[in-house]
Amino acid sequence: MQASRHDAWVGFFVLLGGAALLFLALKAGNLLSLNFDETYQVTAKFDNIGGLKSRAAVKSAGVVIGRVESITFDDKSFQAKVVMKLYKNVAFPKDSSAKILTAGLLGEQYIGLEAGADEKNLAAGDNISQTQSAVVLENLIGQFLYNKAADSGTPAGGAKP
Amino acid sequence: MMFKVSPTIGRSLRQQLLDLGSSTRLFLQLLARSPAALLRFSLVREQVYFLGNRSLSLIGVSGLFVGFVLALQGYYTLQRYGSAEAVGLLVALSLVRELGPVVAALLFAGRAGTSLTAEIGLMKAGEQLTAMEMMAVDPLTRVLAPRFWGGFIAMPLLAALFSAIGIIGGWLVAVPLIGIDAGAFWSQMQGGVDVWADVGNGVVKSLVFGVTVTFVALLQGYACKPTPDGVAQATTRTVVMSSLAVLALDFVLTAMMFSI
Repeated sequence: MQASRHDAWVGFFVLLGGAALLFLALKAGNLLSLNFDETYQVTAKFDNIGGLKSRAAVKSAGVVIGRVESITFDDKSFQAKVVMKLYKNVAFPKDSSAKILTAGLLGEQYIGLEAGADEKNLAAGDNISQTQSAVVLENLIGQFLYNKAADSGTPAGGAKP
Repeated sequence: MMFKVSPTIGRSLRQQLLDLGSSTRLFLQLLARSPAALLRFSLVREQVYFLGNRSLSLIGVSGLFVGFVLALQGYYTLQRYGSAEAVGLLVALSLVRELGPVVAALLFAGRAGTSLTAEIGLMKAGEQLTAMEMMAVDPLTRVLAPRFWGGFIAMPLLAALFSAIGIIGGWLVAVPLIGIDAGAFWSQMQGGVDVWADVGNGVVKSLVFGVTVTFVALLQGYACKPTPDGVAQATTRTVVMSSLAVLALDFVLTAMMFSI
C-alpha cells in the first residue's frame, strides 16, 4: 500500500511542527520560567499610575520579584487599585512601600518595592499602604511653571507658598 | 423596476449572492461530512503529506530569509537608538504575531492551494467526480473533506516552522554576523514574548488561515468550469482570493487580538 510509505514522512513533518511550536514556546516565550514560579498576591492603591500596564515588572533593588496582575479603578477612594503577584521565595516586611518608577527616560513603567522595618512579612491578600504615584510629566511642568510664576509674582519679602 | 433600469448591476448582485450562498452551503456540507472523512484517517494523512511535507522546503527557505532580512533591517533602525539588543525581540514578535502566519499562508496558497484547485478542477473536467457519484461514492466525503482537514492540520505546523526557522535566521544574522550579545538577544526576546498572547494567538491565526486558504482552493476547484480554460481561471482565482482573504482576515484578527 502506497500510504504506508508516506506515513513516516507525515510523522516526521508533524514532529517537526511540534518541535517548532515547542521552540517558540520555550525559547522565545520562556514558558518554563513563567509557570513554575509560585506567587502570592498583594494589592496597593495609587493616586495615579501613569502609564503602568498589567504584566509590568515589580522590582526591588532592580531585580524582578513579581508582575502586575491587574489594574482596576476603585470608585470608593477614587484611586487605582493594582494587584501584583510576588514570587513566593521573596518575603517583604508589612510596612514596605511601593512606588511607580520609569525605566530610563521614556521607558516602561514598573513598580519599585522598598523594604520597610516591620517584623511581620506581607502575606497573601495584604495591602501595601505606603505608595507613591507615577510622575506625570504634565503635572511636573505645571508645577514648575506655577513655581516660576509665584517666584516672579511676589516681590522680595513676600510670603512664600 | 430597478432591475429593468440597470439589469447588469442587478444580475451581478444576484450572482454574488448566489456564489456566497453556494459557498456557504459547500462549507457546511464539508463540515457535516468531516466525521466520516476523519474516520478514514489514512486519506487525511495522505493529504497532510502532499500539502505539508511537500511545502516544507519552500516554507523553510523563505522563513530563513525573512528572518535574515528582519534582523538586518531591525538592527539598522534599532542601533540608531542604542538598543540593538532588542533586535531579537523585534524578530520574534514580528514573526510570531504577523509574518509567520501571514507569509506562510500566502506561500501555502501559492504552493498547495493551486495544486488543490487544479487537481479537483481536472477531476471535475475529466468527469471523475460524476463517475464517483455514479458508484455511490460521495466526492465530498472521499475527495474534498480529506483535503480540507489535511490543510487544516498542515497549515499551523508550517506557520510554526516558518516562525521558528525565521527566529533562527534572525539569530544567525544578529549574533554571529553583526556581533550582538547572544544572551541579550535571547533574554530580550524572552522578556517581551508572551506564550499565550503572542505565540498562542499566532497559532489561532494560522488555524484560521489554514481553513480559509484550503476552503477557497477547494471551492474554486469544485465550482470551476470543467474546461482547460476554466481550470486555469480557477487556479488564478484561488491565489488572488485566498491572498486577499488572508490579508483582510489578518487585519480583523489583529484588531481583535492585539488591540489594547
